[in-house]
Amino acid sequence: MPLHRAGDHTIVFPNRPRIAESAAVVGPKEGRGPHADGFDLVLEDALFGQESYEQAEHAMFQEACERCLKKADMPKERVQALLGGDLLNQIMAASLAARELSIPFLGLYGACSTMAESLILGSVLVDGGYASPVLCAAGSHYCTAERQYRFPLEYGNQRTPAAQWTVTGAGACLLTKEGSALAHVTHATIGQVIDLGIRDANNMGAAMAPAAVDTLCRHFLDTGRKPGDYDRVITGDLGQVGADILHELMAERGYPLPEGRYMDCGLSIFHKEDDVHAGGSGCGCSASILSAAILPRLKRGEWRRVLFMATGALLSPTTSQQGETIPGIAHAVVLEGGEE
Amino acid sequence: MAEKNLKYEAKQVLERYANLVARLTPKSKLGQGCLRAFWVGGCICVLGQALADMGTAWLQLTASAASGFASVTLVFLTALLTGIGIFDRIARYAGAGTVVPITGFANAMTSPAMEFKPEGWVLGTGARLFTIAGPVLVYGISASVIVGILYYFIRWQ
Repeated sequence: MPLHRAGDHTIVFPNRPRIAESAAVVGPKEGRGPHADGFDLVLEDALFGQESYEQAEHAMFQEACERCLKKADMPKERVQALLGGDLLNQIMAASLAARELSIPFLGLYGACSTMAESLILGSVLVDGGYASPVLCAAGSHYCTAERQYRFPLEYGNQRTPAAQWTVTGAGACLLTKEGSALAHVTHATIGQVIDLGIRDANNMGAAMAPAAVDTLCRHFLDTGRKPGDYDRVITGDLGQVGADILHELMAERGYPLPEGRYMDCGLSIFHKEDDVHAGGSGCGCSASILSAAILPRLKRGEWRRVLFMATGALLSPTTSQQGETIPGIAHAVVLEGGEE
Repeated sequence: MAEKNLKYEAKQVLERYANLVARLTPKSKLGQGCLRAFWVGGCICVLGQALADMGTAWLQLTASAASGFASVTLVFLTALLTGIGIFDRIARYAGAGTVVPITGFANAMTSPAMEFKPEGWVLGTGARLFTIAGPVLVYGISASVIVGILYYFIRWQ
């Protein structure tokens, strides 16, 4: 049996798995952002009626999954796998949501790259005929991430200009073998962990950018495509610093990103004046923007083909404090518009 | 990353990238930060002095009791502002202006107390209370003990 591959790093999906539906739930600050209209639910407050922010993150993850299934008119009993993760230790938000949803569950951790990771693995399951439908989801919460990676919420400190703001949000996509589609998944490039020695946990854009460059270049090499073959090359949460580095390094590598064809979810989820410094970050950033702003445009035919690449900084506070550098990762999937 | 084991070429790559990052990463606005810290921090100190003066003038406190009164009042005000979610906004503006006076210490104690309450009084608030202020206390107290011992043997003045 031939491998469904293009080159060393890219998977080709001959059956073009479909993203049947998607949903996004975000926090109040995200709900005031430029993509306000695209979200299925904007929380009135970050606690979402729960006892703790961790519980709120779990409820939000679950809500995104349930809304996605409802939009697709798919009873959860028929979903054959849930693939997803978040930023909490032991990916608890996803695990607790999976407990409530009672769907066979594979928990994933790829830091902020989790949405692309789940789409890749979900597409493999669907395309290979092992499961359909499959629910892919990812989420993050500003208040839990602050506590885990930085300081208590009410602690008064200043952020550096390169710091990013973790998105409170969750996004879910339902992948199916047949039926209507917002978009098709046609290719996936699994990223390598790349670490160019960045230690500053407040500059995650710089830590992730080399991985983004590596995955993009390998994708273009494997598929023989160029950045201009995509209506948008979309990165997850490189933020201002990471995006600037990406542009410079891609030009150096001979794949300059065309003006106006590049988008970073982290740079587009908040308004500039929202005091978020270099932009948004977190699993929920690319997951919610995928559902709110990318898939609708593919469905409308505004974009025909995009490269969606979620980027992750694989750091833990412990290894950071021990002086370890920050490994970066980026996974890319090619999404094509719904019409065959 | 075990940088010492890297070959020369790989070190060159890291160095080149570090330079690129340094060039493209925006710098903190030092002048603006200093000015804000100066005026907010200055106001807090003026408030502290005013409280101490009020203590001696109106409450007939001794000078050392009055400075204690000023500190306690500032700590209380900070804890209150932290509790109602305002202090972090002031601190985001003022930076060192709120961190350096006793307000910084009060905030560093109050904010973990609030943050870790969902994990319970013992393993949450109790265990994590000194998460931020702990190092300052450990090394501050240690340093004062060392200075005290030195002072015992070498009486300067």
